[in-house]
Amino acid sequence: MTTSQFGSALERREASLFGMWAFLATELMFFGPLFFGYVHARLAQHDAFVSGSHHMHIALGTLNTAILMTSSLTMALAVRAAQRSGPTRIWLALTALFGLAFLGIKASEWVMEFGEAARAAGGEARFYFLYYAMTGLHAVHLTIGVGVVAWLWLYAKRFSAEYHAPVEVSGLYWHFIDVVWVFLYPMFYLLERYNA
Amino acid sequence: MSYLTEGYTLRSWLTTHDHKRIAVLYMVAITAFFFLGGAAAALMRLELATPAGDVVSAETYNKLFTVHGVVMVWFFLIPSIPSVLGNFLVPLMIGARDMAFPRLNLASWYIYALGGLFTVAALVAGGVDTGWTFYTPYSTTFSDTNVILVIVGVFVTGFSSILTGLNIVVTVHKLRAPGLTWFRLPLFVWANYATSLILLLATPVLAMTLALVALERLFHVGIFDPALGGDPLLFQHLFWFYSHPAVYIMVLPAMGVASEIIPCFARRPVFGYRFMAYAILGIASIGFLVWGHHMFVSGQSMYAGMVFSMLSFLVAIPSAIKVFNWTATLYKGSIVFGAPMLYALGFVGLFTIGGLTGLFLASLALDVHLTDTYFVIAHFHYIMVGGSVMAYLGGIHFWWPKISGRMYPETLGRIAALTIFFGFNLTFFPQYLLGWLGMPRRYHEYPPEFQLLNLFSSAGAAVLAIGYLLPLAYLAWSLFFGKRASSNPWGASGLEWQTPSPPPQHNFEREPRVERGPYDYQPVR
Repeated sequence: MTTSQFGSALERREASLFGMWAFLATELMFFGPLFFGYVHARLAQHDAFVSGSHHMHIALGTLNTAILMTSSLTMALAVRAAQRSGPTRIWLALTALFGLAFLGIKASEWVMEFGEAARAAGGEARFYFLYYAMTGLHAVHLTIGVGVVAWLWLYAKRFSAEYHAPVEVSGLYWHFIDVVWVFLYPMFYLLERYNA
Repeated sequence: MSYLTEGYTLRSWLTTHDHKRIAVLYMVAITAFFFLGGAAAALMRLELATPAGDVVSAETYNKLFTVHGVVMVWFFLIPSIPSVLGNFLVPLMIGARDMAFPRLNLASWYIYALGGLFTVAALVAGGVDTGWTFYTPYSTTFSDTNVILVIVGVFVTGFSSILTGLNIVVTVHKLRAPGLTWFRLPLFVWANYATSLILLLATPVLAMTLALVALERLFHVGIFDPALGGDPLLFQHLFWFYSHPAVYIMVLPAMGVASEIIPCFARRPVFGYRFMAYAILGIASIGFLVWGHHMFVSGQSMYAGMVFSMLSFLVAIPSAIKVFNWTATLYKGSIVFGAPMLYALGFVGLFTIGGLTGLFLASLALDVHLTDTYFVIAHFHYIMVGGSVMAYLGGIHFWWPKISGRMYPETLGRIAALTIFFGFNLTFFPQYLLGWLGMPRRYHEYPPEFQLLNLFSSAGAAVLAIGYLLPLAYLAWSLFFGKRASSNPWGASGLEWQTPSPPPQHNFEREPRVERGPYDYQPVR
């Protein structure tokens, strides 16, 4: 008799994927109070948020958005490669590198904005607080993501058309991080840019 | 070879991936926290025996009720049934060899222990005085106690709950034995499944909210403190968005336990099985929409108050369905008043009183009078102690033969159940009256005219303490000297009774096949 809790490899893969979806539901709720707090503060102090947003480095933010979107593409290609016993390693390496590039640019933005943020008062202080908290939490998630992708890269030889659930599961997580950024980018960088 | 004899070293326990051993680890840990929280309550009742604040100072009293709340809510009640009985029984009840993610399961226990360590550290460092609700701006700006340390403890422990919930959800979805369809699941599994959904969706909100409290305290940026431009109502909304569903985290699994014990000891299939399952899901979902009834006097809009009041009344419907169905299950049954049954019947009665007084508090105008009085204290203790703790103890007795392989002493078990029932009512019923008369909560002294009822309450607490110490003693005794249990001492119908007591490491010799629904009982003629 097998000692695994699963009856088959297929059952194991389905459980892993389902587990990740459940985890992402938790993650969504984890970010929830921050988004709720953002809406609350922005409704109360719209002008401060607009002025805070105009201090963001929009070029760097946009570049970072492009980098992260591209990393989602390479992650998707890594999953596809793993499912077909293809060149998984290359795509994983690219994904991790894009992730690191994003983190590097983000860190430099944080340093550049820090003086402004430390001086800010009232509504703008709240804007910067939420900005650092939310992009910070996002970066923590991305750092974990890069670690996971690096780990997959290290063990990439194990994955084949028969066994590739870890790549798929990590892919779900990676895309979730990207989706969060898709919301953060307009919330912090694009407030009333049309009349700026 | 049973799971208990797989290894005798401490190491074999602390590195186990077996859901049954992890459940026992949880049982040991939460029992320790239960008596820690209980000790704080005992000191409070000692202080309240006389009107003068003479046993402890006001500051110490604030720390006592905070410790009592924090420990009992997050380190005992929330993990009690899901992490102990759920962990042990869900795989057995669905015919699985283990949880879906056994290593994650062990990690959950370590995360829980780490959170507990932070909380105990905060106690040793001098405690915290905010109340378990951490209301802002007191917690973020004014309190000079160890707020952040306790918040870290609760934050960390939250992830243990989340991961246990995730494990149970995936296990129930993916590891059911052949033939075990959703509507053949025991109601205990339904209850733990619904609870796990709440754990998954509500706990992270609390985690982030408490993280924001800690950040505001550290950096003095106003999210919640009005003096800094924040909004304390925002905190209350976020806090209760978790903490109201948390009540259902505590009571839904208790309902699951009662739904197993009552049919077995009445020898009747549970009445209205599908309605029972739907009611569980109904309570879990509506439970997410009623948090505002904690804020009727906090300054939220009157119209929000009206909606939250109405939705709160709505929860009474599935709750009443459950109470009526348990009662109908008893009708024409062959009832045996074993200790588990006494606990289960106690649960039904006390839950009913707790639930009905909840409707008092859900009524807008009445709540203005009753908010922050002992009426509220009595109400939620009827749900959490009269409900959840009674059911937890009932479950521990019911499944003790399965968990330990030994029978507990039945007469002592019945005496303890009755002692707890009597002690509980003596402790908390007077508090309804005190609250109705206007005695506010969270004070260490009170006007002399309240003394008689407070004296009853304190005397009840002493009886309750004896009631809780009794099982601790005789269950420990039975581990070594109890009669050996057969695989199915109660003649119960669940899958968990079809494997030896205690079960082997991977639960079943052969994977069970399920051909009928649960609760296959016949009345004895």
